[in-house]
Amino acid sequence: MATLIETISEGRKVEGHRPWPRFAVDAGTWNAVAARLADGQATLAGLWGAADGVHMAVVDVADKALAVISLDCPQGMFPSVGRVHPPAIRLERAIADLFGLLPEGAPDARPWLDHGRWGVRHPLGRCVDVAGTPVDYPFLTAEGESLHQIPVGPVHAGIIEPGHFRFTANGETVVRLEERLGYVHKGIEALAAGADIAHGAKLAGRTSGDSTVAYGIAYAHAVEAALAVAVPPRAVWLRALMGELERLANHFGDVGAVCNDAAFTIAHAHFGVLRELVLRAAGDCFGHRLMRDRVVPGGVAVGLDSNGAELLRALLRELRRRFPTLVELYDDTASVKDRTFGTGILSQALARQYGAGGFIGRASGRDFDARRWPGYPPYDQLEFKVSVLSTGDVNARVWVRIQEIEQSLLLIGQILDRLPDGVARAEVPRGNGEGLGLVEGFRGDILVWVRLGGGRVERCYLRDPSWFQWPLLEAVIKDNIVADFPLCNKSFNCSYSGHDL
Amino acid sequence: MRKILFESVVSDPLTESPPPPDDAAVVELAAAVNRAARRRLGRSLAIREVDAGSCNGCELEIHALNNAFYDLERFGMRFVASPRHADVLLVTGPVTKNMREALERTYRATPDPKWVVAVGDCAVDGGIFAGGYAVEGGVSKVVPVDLHIRGCPPTPTAMLKGLLALLEVSSAAGPTRVGEKD
Repeated sequence: MATLIETISEGRKVEGHRPWPRFAVDAGTWNAVAARLADGQATLAGLWGAADGVHMAVVDVADKALAVISLDCPQGMFPSVGRVHPPAIRLERAIADLFGLLPEGAPDARPWLDHGRWGVRHPLGRCVDVAGTPVDYPFLTAEGESLHQIPVGPVHAGIIEPGHFRFTANGETVVRLEERLGYVHKGIEALAAGADIAHGAKLAGRTSGDSTVAYGIAYAHAVEAALAVAVPPRAVWLRALMGELERLANHFGDVGAVCNDAAFTIAHAHFGVLRELVLRAAGDCFGHRLMRDRVVPGGVAVGLDSNGAELLRALLRELRRRFPTLVELYDDTASVKDRTFGTGILSQALARQYGAGGFIGRASGRDFDARRWPGYPPYDQLEFKVSVLSTGDVNARVWVRIQEIEQSLLLIGQILDRLPDGVARAEVPRGNGEGLGLVEGFRGDILVWVRLGGGRVERCYLRDPSWFQWPLLEAVIKDNIVADFPLCNKSFNCSYSGHDL
Repeated sequence: MRKILFESVVSDPLTESPPPPDDAAVVELAAAVNRAARRRLGRSLAIREVDAGSCNGCELEIHALNNAFYDLERFGMRFVASPRHADVLLVTGPVTKNMREALERTYRATPDPKWVVAVGDCAVDGGIFAGGYAVEGGVSKVVPVDLHIRGCPPTPTAMLKGLLALLEVSSAAGPTRVGEKD
């Protein structure tokens, strides 16, 4: 059987697309790739529209191949991938909303990001003005005796982002959850179109605030690939340093929040302290607690002097002193583990089919980490383990994050010991090209694709890991009780903003 | 767990002394707060957070207000789950068109007297998202705003200063003293 690359090589290779190849293909090859996705021989990494048609990023981990295929849509239509491969469905609905390009044969024709309130249709395609009146949204049905519905959101009870959850329950047991998202759609991709490269970086860094460093790196990788910029080693290492601090802060905060949703507030309070210590150190070293706008195309906009390095070493010592006690606290408290064990199980088959990124996939046996493969410096020079578990419940997701915290602490130690000297920023030329970045944020792999022309962004696609995680939350809650939804939801912690753009 | 509890008892608290209220915020608020509201609310404020399209950066820092270092509850301010229990709406984001109605309905569900605090640069005027087809461009385009706290996101200390100013102004005079002044 042909490999992924052999299959897509039927098409025409497009020059100037880096670092992975892009092929312009016909509908036959497009469908052949969709069939590979459906067969589980490849993983969907992104699906997006552009002025010239639709593009799809596909990964074949076994073959170590990553490529983009593109299909012209002169009639405004393309063969639906979601027809045979459900993870593509919401991406196609978004393409239909934003570009007006229709997926032929798609199983779900409802709008997704467009709630009918923008006053325009197809803002990234042939934009037309319409009345900004909300449209009815038919939810999927669940039929049977004694079922009731619980609508939740968009404004939720906690300090969280907005989205709508429609539960259908039989007593306490959830028989169906359907998500409706798009409430925080800000039109980031439209704002990026025509922006200069530096402004594009700011927008990318505001796609999902909790992953601002990871987005900064992914966007920078895409731009640097497109323009063949060599990034100074010191910048590469400082990016990894900030990336691991971001991972630490989020993992501390979220493990504590999962405990909080099981009413285990003492763990929440103590994990919250560790998170705050990380943010304060980041603020002291890099001038911003979330390290926003510190990663820029060409390098980084910060330095790290010996005082900063010493401050981070002190942080590591303090975290290493406090963290094991908290792990023990979680592990020795039967009443919490009673809530997290066996709750919200994500099957390995679904994790693989959806290409679930980050700790969600790794807690369900999907051994993927973009830092290791496709990989990017300096991780090729650093030692770290990728934690993979198989049970896929809330506890497994917590436990993968605990192990990732330990790895991040080790990584930061290695980076501080071996941080190269020299400049930390290279000139970014004004040029043309296309580039792709795939970076492991705390939540999973973030994909950024850019097309640049004359120092400006023509098209920037930002794919949050949440696109392939949100649908799985619907599957995970089925047959669990309503009261366990907060635990399931928090153990996923998908991004609304990253998804809605 | 016993060890952690014991250590918490014998060690000093992490909670830090509060920053002074923000002067600029006091000026902005002075106009907004009437005496009736002061009388009714005293020194206790219930806060309902509404994300109207933020990138979630502001939410992270609002969460931090509840951690052991800032401990917002010691000032009598706490986050509540429903706008019907709230005195203050803490609104983030440029207000997306898809969230406009939800924000308006949340505002209407909040009983008077109430304040709206817009948190973050994009809540002020849309920030980096201003001018897009999908955003209204600031909280004050949709509901009246009493206080703006800038930053991308504002630090917990900046938010604490603003909220303390709100508390100062809202309780500047107790019910009897208001009468004496009148």
